Amino acid sequence: MEKILKDLLYTPTHEWVKIENNTAKIGITDYAQHSLGSVVFVDLPNVGSAFGQFDPFGAVESVKAASDLLMPVSGKVIAVNDALVSQPELLNEDAFANWLIEVEVKDPSEVAKLLSPDAYQKTLH
Amino acid sequence: MDMKITCLHDRHLKLGAKMTEFGGFDMPVSYRGILQEHQAVREACGVFDCSHMGEIDLKGKDALKFLNEITTNDFTDLKDKQLQYTLLCEESGGVVDDLMVYQFNKEHYLLVVNASNTIKDFKWLTSHQSPYDIELSNDSEFFGQLALQGPKAVEILKVLIPEVASLTFMHFDTFVWNHHEFIISRSGYTGEDGFEIYGSPKATVVLWDQLMTLNVEPCGLGARDTLRFEAGLPLYGHEINGFITPLEAGLSFGVKLHKPFIGRDVLLKQKEQGLERRIIGLELLERNIARDGYIVYDANQKMIGYITTGYMIPNTNKALANAMIDSSVKIGTEVFVEIRNKMVKAVIRNRKFYEKKYKKEV
Repeated sequence: MEKILKDLLYTPTHEWVKIENNTAKIGITDYAQHSLGSVVFVDLPNVGSAFGQFDPFGAVESVKAASDLLMPVSGKVIAVNDALVSQPELLNEDAFANWLIEVEVKDPSEVAKLLSPDAYQKTLH
Repeated sequence: MDMKITCLHDRHLKLGAKMTEFGGFDMPVSYRGILQEHQAVREACGVFDCSHMGEIDLKGKDALKFLNEITTNDFTDLKDKQLQYTLLCEESGGVVDDLMVYQFNKEHYLLVVNASNTIKDFKWLTSHQSPYDIELSNDSEFFGQLALQGPKAVEILKVLIPEVASLTFMHFDTFVWNHHEFIISRSGYTGEDGFEIYGSPKATVVLWDQLMTLNVEPCGLGARDTLRFEAGLPLYGHEINGFITPLEAGLSFGVKLHKPFIGRDVLLKQKEQGLERRIIGLELLERNIARDGYIVYDANQKMIGYITTGYMIPNTNKALANAMIDSSVKIGTEVFVEIRNKMVKAVIRNRKFYEKKYKKEV
């Protein structure tokens, strides 16, 4: 059974987001890392780049395939988790502890389009 | 359409394999993980369920003549109990399929073809059959197939069938184990020493179960693809297809232009005039992965080709690819692969990604 944390919001494309004040940390879910298998590469954007809600901002790659990462909320990237560049396997070890990027949230009302933990859980099975 | 399953399907599910559709079959991608399975085959021994592949029996007085005139390779000097790689081409020179041909004798061969092409190949062969005194039979459902691959493959199989140790690369024989008959060749699709083992579906399951007790890593199609890619072996649908000729794919060792066969005229012309494009190696110079279908550009942003297969080689940081590239672009040239709207620097190189470990002498 895949882990789902109760204090996060989710996208149907298996990203999680943790919003605190006007910033958001973004990652992939345990379900995502499990379906991917061994993560061998994470392609993350540069600090300063901006993306709209549900736009692709990078990719996470297993041996077999690349999966696009989609932005849960619009915003500008203020930090990137560089540890994942040299150790992409951290995502397999704990997908919730290893965030991908941190963004400055542009429009807090967009969270209405995200999934609650229960709603996300229901999309999985 | 419902997916077909192999005789080992319930074994795959019980092992908790990740499954996917391949060639119309529900097949395992990986069990423990592609990285572990790739490494097991390079360092020890892994076993693959290849029962999805097609087996076509060819018998008759004209069997040799048929093979020589329908396929690209020359079987005249092949000896009994040897196998040889060959291709089927269209008149255009494009590839119908690539296959392994097992010679029992000059009037009896077994053709082993790609799962996704079995029906197409059988139709292609039978449509050219009428001038020849031969019989063709699609026996795919009567065969299971295992590929036992890796430096320890011989030690392991020897415990069950001691005589296999004397087979050399690209030779085969029939063996009996546990009251079941098998055709076993010293061959494979990984670049390692190993065996390809054909038996009835029932016999295949019994042998698989035995191998599971002998410390053999079950391996899925994921590792099968990274291993064959690293060893420089082509895959139909990637390095070859109906719009790519064997010469463009670097398979001239399997094409004998001195004798007539379907597609020869185009291939002769290509050889005389020189290739406009060919499959070549490519290595990324920045950390990323070049995948099948990505476009390759030169330093002036001119498109020069596309990726046919690309991986980060398991357990390394090396991102390598096969690419179909204009022949004017030589080895050592710096190029760019477009990956998610970014231009990633790469260099054209040879395809010797891995030194093959075939057992040519025993």
